[in-house]
Amino acid sequence: MKDGEPLASPDDLSGQPAPLYEARKGVYPKAVNGPFRRFKWAIMAVTLAIYYGTPWIRWDRGPYAPDQAVLVDLANRRFYMFQIEIWPHEFYYVAGLLIMAGIGLFLVTSAVGRAWCGYACPQTVWTDLFQHVDRLVDGDRNAQVRLAKGPWTFEKMVKRGLKYLIYLAIAFWTGGAWIMYFADAPTLTVDFWTGQAALVAYGTVAVLTATTFILGGFLREQVCVYMCPWPRIQTAMMDEKSLLVTYKDWRGEPRGSVKKAQAHPGAFGDCIDCNQCVAVCPTGIDIREGPQIGCITCALCIDACDGVMAQVGRPRGLIDYCTLDDAATEKVGGTGQPIRKTLTRPRTLIYFGVWIAIGAAMLFSLGQRTRLDLAVQHERSPLYVQLSDGHVRNNYTLKLRNMETRPRRVAVTVSGLPGATVWTEGGTREGAGQEIRLMLSPDSVARLKLFIAAPGAGPARQDFTISTRGLDGDPRGDSDIIQFDRPEAGQ
Amino acid sequence: MADLKQRIDEATGTSTVGHEWDGIEELDTPMPRWWLWTFYATIVWGLAYVVLYPAWPLVNSATEGVLGWSSRGDLEKEMAADAKRRAPTVRAIAATAIADLPAKPELMQAAVQGGGAAFRVHCVQCHGAGGAGVKNLYPSLTDDDWLWGGDLSAIEYTVTHGIRNPDHKATRTSLMPAFGRDGILDAAQIGDVVSFVRMISGQERPGASSARGATLFADNCAVCHGAGGEGGRQFGAPKLTDAIWLYGGDRDSLTATVNQPRNGVMPRWNNRLDPVTIKMLSAYVYSLGGGEKGLAPASGGAVEGRGAVGQP
Repeated sequence: MKDGEPLASPDDLSGQPAPLYEARKGVYPKAVNGPFRRFKWAIMAVTLAIYYGTPWIRWDRGPYAPDQAVLVDLANRRFYMFQIEIWPHEFYYVAGLLIMAGIGLFLVTSAVGRAWCGYACPQTVWTDLFQHVDRLVDGDRNAQVRLAKGPWTFEKMVKRGLKYLIYLAIAFWTGGAWIMYFADAPTLTVDFWTGQAALVAYGTVAVLTATTFILGGFLREQVCVYMCPWPRIQTAMMDEKSLLVTYKDWRGEPRGSVKKAQAHPGAFGDCIDCNQCVAVCPTGIDIREGPQIGCITCALCIDACDGVMAQVGRPRGLIDYCTLDDAATEKVGGTGQPIRKTLTRPRTLIYFGVWIAIGAAMLFSLGQRTRLDLAVQHERSPLYVQLSDGHVRNNYTLKLRNMETRPRRVAVTVSGLPGATVWTEGGTREGAGQEIRLMLSPDSVARLKLFIAAPGAGPARQDFTISTRGLDGDPRGDSDIIQFDRPEAGQ
Repeated sequence: MADLKQRIDEATGTSTVGHEWDGIEELDTPMPRWWLWTFYATIVWGLAYVVLYPAWPLVNSATEGVLGWSSRGDLEKEMAADAKRRAPTVRAIAATAIADLPAKPELMQAAVQGGGAAFRVHCVQCHGAGGAGVKNLYPSLTDDDWLWGGDLSAIEYTVTHGIRNPDHKATRTSLMPAFGRDGILDAAQIGDVVSFVRMISGQERPGASSARGATLFADNCAVCHGAGGEGGRQFGAPKLTDAIWLYGGDRDSLTATVNQPRNGVMPRWNNRLDPVTIKMLSAYVYSLGGGEKGLAPASGGAVEGRGAVGQP
């Protein structure tokens, strides 16, 4: 709805039914300069560099593990992140990271509003990148509008072709970078271009190229407005003390050009109705209508407005980050709280505390975890075996995880079961004692059948301990308490 | 809906649909155009799917679709691909004598796994899950007591030729006479023999009855079970001095056995399973814990490498 136009009355509606489907209104954001724009450039550079560059960082882990710093090795079920190696059973670390990411979003939203949407969301970053491509090929806002509305001339066709080609190149690079996280990047790159890579690699690149091309090139702000649930969730996270991009209408209204203001001093506010805030908006909204779902708080309108205010010699900050509380205070002539105060309040401190606590707990447990792990399963069929000399044998399946990237020499010991002897498939009962010794391959799971025999006289169910320890310097290991079964009396 | 009161909502500038419930109204926000195109795309997808894949149910079947795809076809393909994947291992097992299997840990492991699968199909009905056996009916395959021998070759022979198959020459066979039923021994004599057997297995103290039984045992039983009751595998005659009793070691059970033995039967498998499956089955049975070594043990344990089969 245009400004100043009166609301249509219900009578007007009867003749003109609202359209069922609404075509997208073109958004052609104007280039703008200012501190927030520079901040956005910096964030775009950092996030894109992280995304495209991370798989190429090398990290030496010795001869038994890949040397890629960040690698999600799905085939071998390992997740490498610099010096941390995560096994599938340690997936709770990933869950912890996701929880931290969630609480981090709560924290950021309650403190600075939709900062994630405005600066760091991939949809925002890639849309920003694609809009820059638009300006590079088609020119700034006015040229873009002219070209969009104009007929299909040769020039338009060339420009459109070039633009979509650049879109496609970025999209392809984006899809291509994704798969590098799942295999050795240099090898995969060679395999990819020589047709040797797995079908799923090509499929993934194709799908991600298509989604990047469509979401970044065409759907853009519609993803935020129609598809993304996060803006809706965020409205529940924010309160009166969250920072919002705010048009200070108490200072700006009524709007009037510089000329009008000079003609009638005191009759007009600071807003000169130049529409620059609308022109630079990447989602095509008018911030002067107040907080709305389309506002991703990228703050480009602040840059635009500050630039204009400087030109006309009025103080900056007609559009600015402001909390709802401060807005109410400033409306009645007061001054808002300093930003330090709005940021440190119980809510943000609690989020921050929880976030730090989870992070610290994960770091602590990462430092404490043993890399030699044992899991024993008591075989159920049969529960026990009567041996000919009157002893009873129980069978166990033993899983020994050597999570270090070096071969290990370990011992497996039975304790708490008098007279017990233990041997494995390769061994014999005759040579069995209380302990077996094994070599474990690096970064592997050894699965062996454990036979344990004990005298037949004893309780029908008895708990005992199977433990493992390293014999090569690092004695830390693991143990498990498990049952030994005997036939009940009379059986 | 007599009184539709459409109006423009002031805050959003969008018209309402006109319904009103206790003051709650609904905005008539138009759908975005891309949504409409997505909807058309799903219709096109659906039409293509109906043409390409089985879709319309008919009385006995469904339309086949021009691609000729079926889930049974998928299964067949997967089975064929898996058979192809296993072929080298199967060939290697076929080319290896069973006694040499333990010296090749990877092959032995594959044979044990394949044998386990075959065991769960063909053998569990009698021998129970994991070869635990059934008391008073079928022997346990996991203990260290074997009627016909527990090394790999002996197990393979038993599985191949079966036990007491009248139609098969090479089958393992022997018959324990029904001493009581056929009147070879009278009740008192059977009691004495049972006393002797319980004495040599350490369940009773020596006495007058077991002393009489010793003579009877030497005359009637020792030819198969051995002079000291140590058993005879060439006859499948169980060891009588140990703690393992297939049909029970108490007085009543032993009396019943001497009276009328069971002479258990196992089918031969060489007319139902191929030699490789039999070899794998034997390796599996051998691996259950009672396997008798004729060979030096290979190593302290099977250690899987990265990405090996069955690794979590």
